[in-house]
Amino acid sequence: MTAPLLRLTGISKSFLGTHALQDISLEVEAGKVLCLLGDNGAGKSTLIKILSGFHKPTTGTIEVNGEPVVFESPRDAGAQGIATVHQFGGTFPLMGVGRCFFVGAEPTKGWGPFKLFDKKLAGEIAVREMQSLGITRVTDGSRLVGSLSGGERQALAIARAVYFGANVLILDEPTAALGVKEAAHVLRIIMQARAKGVAVILVTHNVRHAMTVGDHFAVLIRGQKADDFRKGERTREEITDLMAGGEAMADLEAELAQLQLEMRSES
Amino acid sequence: MTTSLPKTTAGAEAAVIPPKQAESRLGQLRHRPEAGALIGTLSVFVFFAIFGGEKFLAGAGTASWLNIAAELGIIAIPVGLLMIAGELDVSVGSVLAGSSMTLAIVSGHWGAPMIVGIVLALALGLLTGLLNGIIVTRSNVPSLVVTLATLFALSGLTLGLSRVTTGTTSVAIAPDPTSKTIFGQLIGGQFEVAIFWWIAVAVLVTVLLQMMPYGNWIFAIGGDKESARATGIPVAKVKIALYMASGFCAALVGVIQTILYNGAQVANGQAFVFNSIIAVVIGGVLLHGGYGSVVGVVLGTLTFAIVNQGIYYTGWNSDWAALILGILILAAVLMNNTFRRLALSHKPRTAKKA
Repeated sequence: MTAPLLRLTGISKSFLGTHALQDISLEVEAGKVLCLLGDNGAGKSTLIKILSGFHKPTTGTIEVNGEPVVFESPRDAGAQGIATVHQFGGTFPLMGVGRCFFVGAEPTKGWGPFKLFDKKLAGEIAVREMQSLGITRVTDGSRLVGSLSGGERQALAIARAVYFGANVLILDEPTAALGVKEAAHVLRIIMQARAKGVAVILVTHNVRHAMTVGDHFAVLIRGQKADDFRKGERTREEITDLMAGGEAMADLEAELAQLQLEMRSES
Repeated sequence: MTTSLPKTTAGAEAAVIPPKQAESRLGQLRHRPEAGALIGTLSVFVFFAIFGGEKFLAGAGTASWLNIAAELGIIAIPVGLLMIAGELDVSVGSVLAGSSMTLAIVSGHWGAPMIVGIVLALALGLLTGLLNGIIVTRSNVPSLVVTLATLFALSGLTLGLSRVTTGTTSVAIAPDPTSKTIFGQLIGGQFEVAIFWWIAVAVLVTVLLQMMPYGNWIFAIGGDKESARATGIPVAKVKIALYMASGFCAALVGVIQTILYNGAQVANGQAFVFNSIIAVVIGGVLLHGGYGSVVGVVLGTLTFAIVNQGIYYTGWNSDWAALILGILILAAVLMNNTFRRLALSHKPRTAKKA
């Protein structure tokens, strides 16, 4: 069996004595979606930052294609094909789609110091790549990014990452700020990226979205991996309870039921 | 007078709107950063053409605002670039004064060859820009504060050194014919040669901003600094280069003025500090960066210069010029916001059907 695209073994991270992450082990395979679930403060962001090279883990190893790697900077992670797409990150509202797509890697024509930015080509590639992710409404590379919908901007950022050779795509809460329709769109884009053989790490606290696209699931609670399972092994209720801390949720439900009873008897 | 302003603005707009077949081109223009600036320039031109009469439209009248525009424009363009990249540079006033005095003292007071004085003056501009750029990128102190500090420090340094070396605050210089031709010629006895320098700077920077990868970097840095850095753009280097460009251009205007007027004064150029920002903002550049164009800045500069000079041709008291400018700035910013919103709501026709 070949090594997974990305493997974390015993990753821990502490900041000034506080354990943000403890002994996290995960595997991500090409063409699969790993959903990282957890409540606020569970350590999801810290884990993303370690994967994308912003932080170095205190202990533990990261392996890419079976080879151990150390990320000194986000650029190192990028060189290994790991790309992180934040909510609206990497997109510039007042720039055209084509310009935005190629920031820092502009295609040029001409020679020597007179190399000119080939805006036409940039626009064409950007539109083509977005269309390959199912965004058909964007047909003009000069259209301002700020005029796109939230889902389309996500698609632009994802298309950009995939085009520049990302094989592990980390999506940080891509659906959090979106409406139902837009969120469905982003989930479809995730499936498109998956079909292209990209390993997707979807970070979310929306269990429904995770269950729609996920192949593997990992639940983080207070910096520790509380559970790790495959598609179909847990029900939505089980996952929600686990994320909220199980019993705490049951207590809350009982309390609310009691409150409702009291209100009914009063009226 | 101010009450008649809106009326003529409306009149100018009506005059500007071409017949219906040109609508698609006009429609495209609406989505460009300079759309508001163009309306502004045409409005004030028509306004002063009406109230200033023939004198304003004659050669001398045109020269008066074109000369003002050229000197301001050479500085406003790099200041506009910096603003697109999300930074301010208010040190240009002192750079202008400092470089003027450098040239006048080196080549006038000490009698060194003109070229030495010119090179030193321009070097002073580059050096100040380098310093501004390094401090802004290393310290994370807002660039307004950093360049305000350089504005005062350099102005003090200029005054102090001028008095120590020459004993006065104004130094005369007798430029040789060559440098007079290149920097300080009055073409036809009216038009400063600076107009050509301005055109050259505008063309150069337009190519850089619109047609080269660097332009894309500048927009990206102003749009979202963190995202820009994440894409691997050398953000600090680009900013330092932009500060050096604005320092260089301010020094260039210092050289031009010194050679044109055969001398330099310590207090030269401080008006450029705010005037350059006004020209850039009227030109449709977003104050916090990420949006703007050279054409817009050129139009904003023209608008400023026309108002600044046009008032003299109306026969009204020139005290009112600043009032018009103040109202104009506000109107321009509001109009530019509207046009930017239009650009952002711009969707292709196919999308509208869906």
